[in-house]
Amino acid sequence: MQIIHTISELKEGVIISLQAIRANKMRSVLTTLGILIGIVSVTMMATAIEGVNRAFEKSASAFGSKILYVQKFSWVGNDDWWKYRNRKDLKVEYVDAVARQVTLADAIAPTVDAVKDVHFESHSMLSAWVTGTTSSYEQASGTTIEDGRFFSQEESDGGRPVCAIGANVAETLFPSTDPMGQTIKVGGYPYRVIAVFEKQGGLFGTFTSDNRIFIPLNSFLSDFGTHHGVSINVRVAKDADLDDAKEELRGIMRKIRHLNPGQEDDFSINEQDLLTNVFGQITGVIAGVGFFITGLSLFVGGIGIMNIMYVSVTERTREIGIRKAIGARRRTILFQFLAEAAMICLLGGIIGLIISYPLSLIASQVLPTAMPLSVVFLALLVSLFVGVISGFLPAYRASKLDPVDALRYE
Amino acid sequence: MDNTSVVINLQHIRKVYDMGGAEEVHALADVSLQIRRNEYVAIMGPSGSGKSTLMNIIGCLDTPTSGLYEFNGVNVSQMNDNQLAKVRNKEIGFVFQTFNLLARSNSLHNVELPLIYAGVGSAERKRLAHEALTHVGLGERVNHKPNELSGGQRQRVAVARALVNKPSILLADEPTGNLDTKTGEEIMALFEELHRQGNTIVLVTHEESIAEHAHRIIRVRDGLIESDKITVKNKTVPV
Repeated sequence: MQIIHTISELKEGVIISLQAIRANKMRSVLTTLGILIGIVSVTMMATAIEGVNRAFEKSASAFGSKILYVQKFSWVGNDDWWKYRNRKDLKVEYVDAVARQVTLADAIAPTVDAVKDVHFESHSMLSAWVTGTTSSYEQASGTTIEDGRFFSQEESDGGRPVCAIGANVAETLFPSTDPMGQTIKVGGYPYRVIAVFEKQGGLFGTFTSDNRIFIPLNSFLSDFGTHHGVSINVRVAKDADLDDAKEELRGIMRKIRHLNPGQEDDFSINEQDLLTNVFGQITGVIAGVGFFITGLSLFVGGIGIMNIMYVSVTERTREIGIRKAIGARRRTILFQFLAEAAMICLLGGIIGLIISYPLSLIASQVLPTAMPLSVVFLALLVSLFVGVISGFLPAYRASKLDPVDALRYE
Repeated sequence: MDNTSVVINLQHIRKVYDMGGAEEVHALADVSLQIRRNEYVAIMGPSGSGKSTLMNIIGCLDTPTSGLYEFNGVNVSQMNDNQLAKVRNKEIGFVFQTFNLLARSNSLHNVELPLIYAGVGSAERKRLAHEALTHVGLGERVNHKPNELSGGQRQRVAVARALVNKPSILLADEPTGNLDTKTGEEIMALFEELHRQGNTIVLVTHEESIAEHAHRIIRVRDGLIESDKITVKNKTVPV
């Protein structure tokens, strides 16, 4: 009984508010303009952040979520650069030692990097990232081959002149021809293309496979020298815990480096999560500032709503008196005006969404995003919330009106 | 005396308005009166006599400063706003001089309103509202808005709204004040008909010709009851 009562009161409140909005079309639209602008900025903000996040996730996946990178430098927090700089380089020999001892990993690949110019006929790519690695790299990385196959263990051990190239390298060197089987010049040495990677895209062009050329480790060492520092990619076994594997790897590395229990690690174990965390902090700050600014516009919109609701309550003092005389309780009147404020705001929210949807489509040309459904709900929820908050004081005043005075009001 | 038939029982009602400072206005000095079921009472008095204050208190729109007000044996003089709203909704049907209909709603919705506040379901509401409008002769005008109706028709909608919750009393404040003589007579005829059907009617007016329709006339002056006369002997409930 009580529920039916409340529902019919709610319904009545909504009907009255729609009537009131229809009766004051222009006023309602002008009032809701503030909310509309607020909602457009909030949704655009949320869409942009969502877009940047998606772009990041896509890029970060290039590192693989279960791959640990043993390196001289840490990916984040290199505040004391010289400390990292003075660490000893990692050596290729470590790979075998790690492979022998590790139990929670199922693929290990060393990588050595150098920057070289790459040419094919008249096309060239200057300062390309050349990586020497072994056949295990395909497993121990987040990359996928689109065309061809990665080099085999024989090719890798034998230092064959073959290479696997990233999508951007293929596009730059082979704008019109099929790269497969062609021989390119890497730092002056010929390498035959046997694989092209799938495009990874995203924010970290340099680190993804897109701009890189992979050659067998032994070819790299003989062509470009052995003085480069090594980094070791370790893929954590499917059923093993990432943190356990990291701990194990750390123990092995400390043993290899002959570190005493009290000594600090002189290597870093990097993983995708490190980047994700740092990125999360950055976007968190951007989102915080952004939402504060857009929140201000909603706040101003809310003041507009509050103002017009006071006008509405005053205008309809007599109506409030009539309703009270025939049995409307305080709560009923309160709800009626809250519903009106909420409806005006919801109207602004809906129009705001209609405006920001095409804007988000424009944004999606730049960022891999569209307006997510969650943002739509968020926008509607926020506009309802603003309506209820800013409508409360006027509605409360209406509910407190004395029926005798209200009926006498001209 | 049959106490069960007493609908309104006012005992030593006082209403004082504080006008700020030491100034006080005694709108009602000391009023005691009883109204029984199926009475047809007119409350008369010049402006400033306190009759509006008396009507507001009888109508549970206002509470007395002191004194006892029992409505159907229930003490309503100390009730809070929400309790009073419930009494107004269930027990009192208001008819105002200016009709006081909701301009944006049609007749049916206007009449439905007390039922909405009473928590009656939608289908039942429509049926009762339709019935009440038919009762006052407006069965064909349910979808008209107030501005599409004549003054007399508007007042009939107001009467239908007052009756729809089957209240204990019908409280009419100058119901013909905004109507021409002929239409006013029609509304008074409707009141007489409603009285014959068993309704209790309290009429507040300053017009002798309107008050004459009632069967008992209470005259108020300076916040006191000046006279209380039965003009027509009520057959069903003798005083």
